[in-house]
Amino acid sequence: MMTNNQLTEAIERYLSGQMDKEELARFDELRRQDADIDMKIAEHQQFLGILKQYRERIELVDRLNAIHAEIDVHELVEEMTSHPSWVVRMWRQHHSKISVAASIAIFAMLATMFFTGYFGGQPKYRELREEIGRVKQSTAQLNLKTNALQRQINGSPKKHMLPGNYKGSGFALSSDGYIVTNYHVIGSRYDSVYVQTASGDSYRVKVVYTEPQYDVAILKIDDSSFKGLPALPYSFKKSKSDLGERVYTIGYSEGDSPVVDQGYLSSANGYQGDSAAYRVSIPVNPGNSGGPLVNSKGSIIGIVSGKQTQTEGASYAVKTGYLYKALQNVPQDSLSDKVTMSNKNTLSNLNRVQQIKKLQNFVFMVRVY
Amino acid sequence: MPTDSEVILGILNNSDTVLRRLYVAYFPMVLQLIVNNNGTADDAKDIYQEAIIVLYNKVKAGNFELSSKLKTFIYSVCRRLWLKRLAQMNRYGGDVHDFQDFLPAEEEDIDQHSERDIQFGKMKNSLALLGEPCKTIIEDFYINDRSMQDICEKFGYTNADNAKTQKYKCLQRLKKLFFQQK
Repeated sequence: MMTNNQLTEAIERYLSGQMDKEELARFDELRRQDADIDMKIAEHQQFLGILKQYRERIELVDRLNAIHAEIDVHELVEEMTSHPSWVVRMWRQHHSKISVAASIAIFAMLATMFFTGYFGGQPKYRELREEIGRVKQSTAQLNLKTNALQRQINGSPKKHMLPGNYKGSGFALSSDGYIVTNYHVIGSRYDSVYVQTASGDSYRVKVVYTEPQYDVAILKIDDSSFKGLPALPYSFKKSKSDLGERVYTIGYSEGDSPVVDQGYLSSANGYQGDSAAYRVSIPVNPGNSGGPLVNSKGSIIGIVSGKQTQTEGASYAVKTGYLYKALQNVPQDSLSDKVTMSNKNTLSNLNRVQQIKKLQNFVFMVRVY
Repeated sequence: MPTDSEVILGILNNSDTVLRRLYVAYFPMVLQLIVNNNGTADDAKDIYQEAIIVLYNKVKAGNFELSSKLKTFIYSVCRRLWLKRLAQMNRYGGDVHDFQDFLPAEEEDIDQHSERDIQFGKMKNSLALLGEPCKTIIEDFYINDRSMQDICEKFGYTNADNAKTQKYKCLQRLKKLFFQQK
């Protein structure tokens, strides 16, 4: 029996015709008898064929490359591409990509314009007026602070308030000192609760009723220095509000002065489909909780109730309807007198700045100790 | 410009002069086709050389019948190859600006050509994987037709039998590498 190498050598000699007659005859016989050897011969032949063609190909490509090197390709290209300008070529090569990019850009622009309220048609001078209004407002606030300071100096010593453990906002339900805020602002473990007005006056309150399900808490000012509030300028809107309605809120999200934020009603349902709440697109901060959600007519449509931090720009507000429900649930004996909610709205014909000026006196900072 | 029968005879006789004249004669035509259809001069070179190789092999194999002008044949093959390349690169816009008449399909030639290309690619890889000194021994013996005696001296083998054994081992490994590739 032959070894592998000997067989390969024999095959090579067989294929290249180096065998003499006798050997050739013997090998032919072997090939006929042994199919395995026959296959090996065919395989070897095929393989060497490829190897040979491969060699020829390399040679041919070398020859072609040598010829190619003699041609001045650059000049030829110059001659040929005089017709279309680079803009046309660019367009031909990339028109599909350019079209896609352009449509995305247009869409993004329209979306930005839509969300920034460009189509809301607010004239520029209005913004200017609001700007002036804000200046007026800050001057007024300054006056209030000065007054409060004066009062402090002139005796009638006010309790000096420490910053509370929890802070939120609340607003008046009636002129006799009922205030509504969020249940989560108060929580269940509080020591004492105080409210502070925009002018800096602070009153002790008692928690009259809480409704954790709707996130509503009702407070009553219980302080000897409290002289009652003027008549409420706003009303409470019981009916459903429409999506897209422009709304704003006042709350104590930063420092001791009220902050106004605006946005629009973005869904009839709240967090994870909660039907007791609206979803609003408004930038609110934790201190806004419990503040009023006011529409452009100056009606209160909800109580701002915390922010869903996962979704940018999504805030929620408890619907006013659930405030009524909560009020109905208040056991009558825990109320010293019936809560009479205002249904007169004196804000409807005023512009935003004047509305806010009136409203802010009825919005309180709620401090929980 | 060489006549068509001149070219065919020249290829059969391995004439360098005819190959040169052929190459120079039709390259501008192909360059025009490629650069006006999203390609570069380098693309034109690749495609043109492939078409020349297709022609070359067809003539060498003896099955080239001059049923159309050689110019049309080359243009058609290049056009087909370029469309294929464009499709691979996802740059095919749906139409080609043509500058010549062309034959509808040279599919068979092109398929044969790409099949062969695949095998050559495998061979190139296998040789690269083979490593030294096997690669040089195989190349010297089977590609460059050097004698066993030369190879013996070059690699310092003491006798021709050792070199032969080494050569067969190398060939065995090369075969294995080649047939294992997908």
